[in-house]
Amino acid sequence: MKISLLAACALAVPATIVAQQATPSRAMTARPAAAPTLIKNATVLTVTKGRFENTDILIQNGKIAQIGKNLTAPAGAQVIDATGKYVMPGIIDPHSHSMSDAVNEGSLSVTSMVRIADVLNPTAINIYRELAGGVTTINVLHGSANTIGGQNATVKLKYGRPVQEMLFAGAPPGIKFALGENVTQKNRSNVVIPGQPSPPRRYPTSRMGQEEVLRDAFTRARDYRTGWEEYRAKVAKGEKALVAPRRDLELEPLVEVMEGKRLVHAHSYRSDEMLMLLNLAKEFGFKVATLQHGLDGYKIASEIAQAGTGLSSFADDWSYKIEAYDAIPYNVAILLRHGVVATINSDSDERARRLNIDAAKLVRYGGLTDDEALKTITYNGALQLGVADKVGSLEVGKDADLAIWSGDPLSVYSSAETTFIEGEIYFDKKRDLDMREKMAKERAALEQAERGPRPTRATQIPNEDDK
Amino acid sequence: MTHLFKRATLGVSLVMLAAGAALPVRAQLGTFNPRPGPQGTYAIRNARIVTGTGADIANGTVIISGGKIVGVGANAAIPAGAQTIDGTGLSVYPGMIDGGTTLGLNEIPQGANATVDVNETGSFNPNVQAFYGINPHSAHVGVTRVVGVTTVVSRPTGGIISGQATLLNLAGDTPPQMAIAPKLAMVIELPRSGFAGRGFGAFLAEQGGNTADATRARQRQVDSLKQMLRDADAYGKAFDAYAKDKALPRPEHDVVLASLVPALRGEMPVIFPADAAADIRSAVTFAEEMHLKPIIIGGRDAATVAPFLKQHNVPVILTGVMDLPSREDDPYDANYSVPAKLLQAGVKFAISQGANSADSRSLPYVAGMAAANGLPKDEALKSVTLYPAQIFGVADKLGTIEVGKMANIVVTTGDMLEARTDTKFLFIDGRPIPLGTKHTELNGMFKDRP
Repeated sequence: MKISLLAACALAVPATIVAQQATPSRAMTARPAAAPTLIKNATVLTVTKGRFENTDILIQNGKIAQIGKNLTAPAGAQVIDATGKYVMPGIIDPHSHSMSDAVNEGSLSVTSMVRIADVLNPTAINIYRELAGGVTTINVLHGSANTIGGQNATVKLKYGRPVQEMLFAGAPPGIKFALGENVTQKNRSNVVIPGQPSPPRRYPTSRMGQEEVLRDAFTRARDYRTGWEEYRAKVAKGEKALVAPRRDLELEPLVEVMEGKRLVHAHSYRSDEMLMLLNLAKEFGFKVATLQHGLDGYKIASEIAQAGTGLSSFADDWSYKIEAYDAIPYNVAILLRHGVVATINSDSDERARRLNIDAAKLVRYGGLTDDEALKTITYNGALQLGVADKVGSLEVGKDADLAIWSGDPLSVYSSAETTFIEGEIYFDKKRDLDMREKMAKERAALEQAERGPRPTRATQIPNEDDK
Repeated sequence: MTHLFKRATLGVSLVMLAAGAALPVRAQLGTFNPRPGPQGTYAIRNARIVTGTGADIANGTVIISGGKIVGVGANAAIPAGAQTIDGTGLSVYPGMIDGGTTLGLNEIPQGANATVDVNETGSFNPNVQAFYGINPHSAHVGVTRVVGVTTVVSRPTGGIISGQATLLNLAGDTPPQMAIAPKLAMVIELPRSGFAGRGFGAFLAEQGGNTADATRARQRQVDSLKQMLRDADAYGKAFDAYAKDKALPRPEHDVVLASLVPALRGEMPVIFPADAAADIRSAVTFAEEMHLKPIIIGGRDAATVAPFLKQHNVPVILTGVMDLPSREDDPYDANYSVPAKLLQAGVKFAISQGANSADSRSLPYVAGMAAANGLPKDEALKSVTLYPAQIFGVADKLGTIEVGKMANIVVTTGDMLEARTDTKFLFIDGRPIPLGTKHTELNGMFKDRP
């Protein structure tokens, strides 16, 4: 009895999947839902169902309850007049390293066992700065130091909440792969400082070796899976005195990849290395979810479309290394026209704050419509991360992850003013300015305070929030 | 598109130039920038003209001849034989200027060191000129100019005296054809002080963590710099004296000291990279002590020392508007709002994109971000056109659409600072510039690949 239970669980529900799905923790379920909010009279950019002028959005229980004209506010609702303003879905950044205290476990070529979810810092200030750019969901990935980097985490930017609440409940788990110059370390400075140890050269140092590392890892994972399948077959036949195969935390995630339970996000630049991976994946029976960066993707757009693989790129970054020298700002548009689900990402805490401008560039360079451009930072990202049923567009029933913008978000002159996640405000420009003023006053008061004695209850600066 | 043109033959040629599509395919490493057309007489009619002076023309004409702007106005007369462009629905802007690039010196910074010529070895290189490192065929030239950045300052970096910056138009087959001012400004990286500058932390580490040693080492560098400047001053005076009186002993030439003389005489400004408030103050104080004309580049903390900058009349090239706030407790918009604060304080500033030269094409969006954070829109435009021209002393030639200025003209589909706006026609030094780039080329090659 005990053994068969273990057998059933070992592969079907691996520990890592549990990690991403276990987020409705005690803390979260205990939280009362935010009060209803009615956003009135905005230009609503649904992204998937068109744009509507002078339209209201009703948020209830963290979800979008209604979109329409002249909606009535339920009792106790906060009402926000958004006349002249725009509302769009929260921006999704499919490639981020924000709030991650570690990026690479680059000591080995295959580190599929390590998990970003273990090193997330929920207090990282850049979360707040990204909220101020209208971002609500990010895909926190490992770096690109090694061929198989580790398990990523899809995160909602609920700044100020415990990290367990920030992990996107129900988001499919994923894994980062990496190909090209960063892995081969050919773009590193070769300066040798006398007396200083030079960095060790780690296999692989060529694109040939990268293919071999992947082939070797998936061959081992296939054998590992076969071992478990044989074991389970014996259990099913009622054989006694069996010993289960030893669990392998390196190979388990790769088995999940082959079973379609874990999304592969593969850092890659050159079209040949992307194609290598797509073909290798086909051979081992899985799909690559996204090519990350994929700056040369436009050269093999048809092949990527045929593989059913998405691609997440920079809007216009290029020429910073050899494999980025053929990057063009038309990349995403060409891919979209070939049927690839393509997105813009930041890969940068800085750039994440202005993905709206990056999306606007695609109108110029690729001739995308405004809605197509907006999709590259919202809905398409939700598709790539497997969360399009919950976020990525303004539709009734979806999570109320959205932002009110001062104007058209594709204009450089616009900025996010209020950012909601599941109906709660995590950034508000006015509140931010008020807080600044308050803190400046507090600071001034403290600087005036008499030196020496410890503050007592009587000398403490009154805090309005205490009331 | 031919309906845009009065004369069919010109129509065909300009359409080819504009589309870049009819040009032969030759996407090779850093060689693809289509060549400019001739300095003829051109008239752009029926367009909105954003002159950059504050007086816009809703519907007017700009006339270009012999490389210069020769007519601007609602009813400017079009000379006979002028090639005309119908600008209906289009906007005409002065070319943008990025005062803080390494463009042409820095093709692929990682993994291709042979394409990087941004700094020279050694600490004191006043005689090193960016002008001689510029690759006119850098692929960055084409992609940068087609967004409307027609002119850049490209500067050397590193060491203590990095060398001389150059002012370039992004068109021409050779550096002399590109250069507006080959020797524009001296670059001096004053050794940083104070812990806020971060530089000191790194410096301290080099000194084995000993604060006293680090301070002394910094002081030795500053002393060496001062000594070199004093030597150069004496050198200049010795030559002046000898010129007047040949009976004096003939001084020996020294190319290093000679290159510093224009800076010491106020004929050449000195660019000081400085971000921390303490470093900005010490650069200005140092410049005044040595009788140099300072321009601060970087300027992250410029808003906090704005009264000081105003009092000393020192301009700033802001390179970090898009940077993340440097301190954890800074407001989220700490750097976005620096331009607005400097305007309010009356400090002269320009906005630069500031990073890798491949990204100089993002300059308009940096100015746009400043406008989204308190800078009036017309000021945002000036901060990438007129203000950099004024700071570098070339406002008589560049920065606005006015008669007599160099014809660096961008014709766009809308607001030039918006990311969705496209460029339809481009003139640099009065020459029509084809809008093809390495990127349009690759787009053309692959966009319809089945």
